[in-house]
Amino acid sequence: MQYYKIMNSNSLKVILEKLEKREITSVEITKQYLDEIKKKDSQINAFITVNDKALNEAKLADDKRQRGDKGVLLGVPIALKDVYSTRGLKTTAGSRVLENYIPPYDATAVKKLKQAGAVILGKTNLDAWAHGSSGENSDFGVTHNPYDLKSTPGGSSSGSAAAVASGMAPVAAGTDTGGSIRLPASFCNVVGLKPTYGRVSRYGIIAMGSSFDSIGHITQDVFSSALVLSVTGEIDPNDGTTGKVAVTQYHKLLGKPINGVKLGIIKEFMKEGLDSEIKKNFGKACKTLEDLGCEIVEISLPHVDYATSTYYILVPAEVSSNLGRMDGVRFGNSRDHFSAEAKRRVMIGTYTLSSGYYDAYYNKALKVRRLIINDFNNAFKSVDAIIAPTSPTPPFKLGEKLNEPLSMYLSDIYVCPMNLAGVPALSVPMEPAHNLPCGIQFVGRQFDENTIFNIAHAYEQARGDINLKLKI
Amino acid sequence: MNNYQPVIGLEIHVELSTVSKMFCSCPADWFGKEPNTLTCPVCLGLPGALPVANRQAIEWVVKLGLAMRCGINMVSKFDRKHYFYPDLPKGFQISQYDVPFCHGGSYDLLDNKLEKLKTINIKRIHMEEDTGKLIHKNGKSYVDFNRCGVPLVEIVTEPDFENSTQVKQFLEELHTLVLYLNISDANMEEGSMRLEPNISIRKVQGSTLHVPSKKNITLNAVHGMWSDLPNYKVEVKNINSFKFAVQAIDYEIERQIEILKRGDIPPQETRGFDPNIHRTVSQRTKEEAHDYRYFPEPDIPPITLENSYVEGVKADLPELPQQKLRRYIKTYKLRYQDATILISDSKLFNFFEQVSGHLITGHKTEELKDENMYSMVANLIINKKISIDQPIDSFVAEAVKKLKPVETDEEELVRAIDWVINENANAVLNYKQGNINSIMFLVGQVMQKMKGKADAQLVRSKLEEALS
Repeated sequence: MQYYKIMNSNSLKVILEKLEKREITSVEITKQYLDEIKKKDSQINAFITVNDKALNEAKLADDKRQRGDKGVLLGVPIALKDVYSTRGLKTTAGSRVLENYIPPYDATAVKKLKQAGAVILGKTNLDAWAHGSSGENSDFGVTHNPYDLKSTPGGSSSGSAAAVASGMAPVAAGTDTGGSIRLPASFCNVVGLKPTYGRVSRYGIIAMGSSFDSIGHITQDVFSSALVLSVTGEIDPNDGTTGKVAVTQYHKLLGKPINGVKLGIIKEFMKEGLDSEIKKNFGKACKTLEDLGCEIVEISLPHVDYATSTYYILVPAEVSSNLGRMDGVRFGNSRDHFSAEAKRRVMIGTYTLSSGYYDAYYNKALKVRRLIINDFNNAFKSVDAIIAPTSPTPPFKLGEKLNEPLSMYLSDIYVCPMNLAGVPALSVPMEPAHNLPCGIQFVGRQFDENTIFNIAHAYEQARGDINLKLKI
Repeated sequence: MNNYQPVIGLEIHVELSTVSKMFCSCPADWFGKEPNTLTCPVCLGLPGALPVANRQAIEWVVKLGLAMRCGINMVSKFDRKHYFYPDLPKGFQISQYDVPFCHGGSYDLLDNKLEKLKTINIKRIHMEEDTGKLIHKNGKSYVDFNRCGVPLVEIVTEPDFENSTQVKQFLEELHTLVLYLNISDANMEEGSMRLEPNISIRKVQGSTLHVPSKKNITLNAVHGMWSDLPNYKVEVKNINSFKFAVQAIDYEIERQIEILKRGDIPPQETRGFDPNIHRTVSQRTKEEAHDYRYFPEPDIPPITLENSYVEGVKADLPELPQQKLRRYIKTYKLRYQDATILISDSKLFNFFEQVSGHLITGHKTEELKDENMYSMVANLIINKKISIDQPIDSFVAEAVKKLKPVETDEEELVRAIDWVINENANAVLNYKQGNINSIMFLVGQVMQKMKGKADAQLVRSKLEEALS
């Protein structure tokens, strides 16, 4: 049966142009994505909830456009990782504990997306409470990688990455606490942004590690990523940790030449453990950037080897505290609905915060975090941005690391240091390795998303199309 | 046996009367409201909700700290204190652990000559949030979250009190201080001021010293007494009046001394006060003590106070109760007791100050002359001899009338005295035989004869003259 697609691109540049020219309506686009979900999601399992009011919202958006309203995302369908509180729409965090929880309020980011005219398509699958790197910790079934159904899409924003990759949504919002946007973006051949910590409000996003959680999104291309950030970026009075730096129109600043830009390669990342083909492809990406006029130098982050250990002290501590409210007294199911990974992290965190252990673990980890922040600050004295492979390996098979939590944790060694430092990072597809997707990440100074968007955008243009076929 | 010395410290919670709650914009005025009507995602601890600190509350805790001569931490932070209880929706209370807003203050207890009786050291004053309230009804339990997140200040003293009298004086004066600062209604019945004394006993003399811990004991060479603190303490909860605080402390002192006399050590525990039997009852022992797993609240960045800000708060402090007490006694020559009563009731002292101002500006002082005039005005107010529920003008008019010295017709007075002496031979005889009290009877008779138009003091001295 031949299925007619009204859109063949997920790029917001194309979608918005057609909407603005009235070549298509929001109802038509929304319907297309809903149809794609109907057609593909039984194989991918990217969605936990599809918004049954999506078409109504699309109709409202069309009416608004008819009246001359101009929202930046007016009529654009968007999926949300199921940790974004959505008023009246079930929000599970991927856990049975919250399988019936309907929030009475919208997260700030959701509010901003709605104000900009976005249409909520549905809520995407994830590792329960965002704990995981493969999507396999979801209580609502694993998500499959659209480029290899037997492989993981990466996690924890597994559903968001798989949804955009397989054309079930043009944009899917996610969260990145230790790589949870960038790793799945890299595994699914899409663009994933982890903004600066404090660039996008955390208010209403179910917390994992409060001092790490970065609220970002997955898109088809860099332009779309920049456009969405200019909507979600916010100095939010409801989130005291949002930075006092003004939000800019990131997408309007793209396209500046990048000759003379200085990029750093992290010495500590370029050793054993890095897949040889990825290493080779990363070399090619560097060549592309040099051809664009960039100067590439080696830099050192002396304490970066401690990043994963530090991360797995600090984050479980915050997790153990944040999950304390999931007691089934006011909402949700009782605590016996927690599954293994959440219990593991609650126990580790409870232990490291206990009196007598606090100084040896939590406090010491805080000091190491400070050293890692200093490492990044020092590096940024000599370079404009840092580049690195997003993952040391291509997507791994479902089940491969399920019983080896430690090896699972190590999937994030190239992504979690940026969360410790709170710096922005953008993962963009590079040439496939082993015929599977892989990504390169661009890391910037705090609140300097403009620089990495611009470099990544130039790279994306120069790189050209990626030769990979969806398996659905 | 005077060798047992009580060691008492206090933890006092004061609910601030800010408009909104500590970390959200819900109204903080929870008392008597329909349950769960003053709530939002933040104070209900819904997933994803974040706290934002209330500036007013922070200013007020700094104000209280400055009034209690505390040091102010220019960089402070909040911490999470974890425990599970149904009235605590987040599973932790936002409090302050190692860097409270205020630390190291002191408060002087004064005697009736305004001499320093005792200095109570203030260990710290920190900011936290109140919990919800459990309501048990018809065999069911309900939670009301209206109070959840209401700003709460905790004042922690050093264990400097030696008896319940000092504690009572401190609490009463703190209550007044808080009202002066206008930061809380400090209403005991509504629970906006809560007291938790901790009590232990040390032995202070003799070679048969029995102190539980071997370490930390040092003999103070100057005073020749053991100056360490006992290594146990008993915390008492559920106290909602100053009277109960006194009862609980007195009961504990007696109970613990008895245990020590038996050669035992009172167990470290938390006890609750039962107002029906005036006793404390064991609630929780040390073994069951919580590990609160404190760590810095990641949702609220550290709070930096500017020097100029703290100086501004300091400059805006009102006249404090002890300053007012000194002024009333020095400037107005009030008696200590009267001054104490006046300064602890804003309605009374505001009225007194207006009347005093009126007396001076209206030159009534000339008319009254008496140097005890202010003292007499204070007396009129305190003892309600003239209603203060009237305009100042009419109060002053009434007071002047009452206090103005009576013009005495001295010729008539001489005649009246002669007449009374003649008519009351018995009383005169009694007086001359040494019954001093008889003079008052005779004064009364003269006053009656004068139809009250005589100055009693003058009558008395003239009578005494005539009888001598």
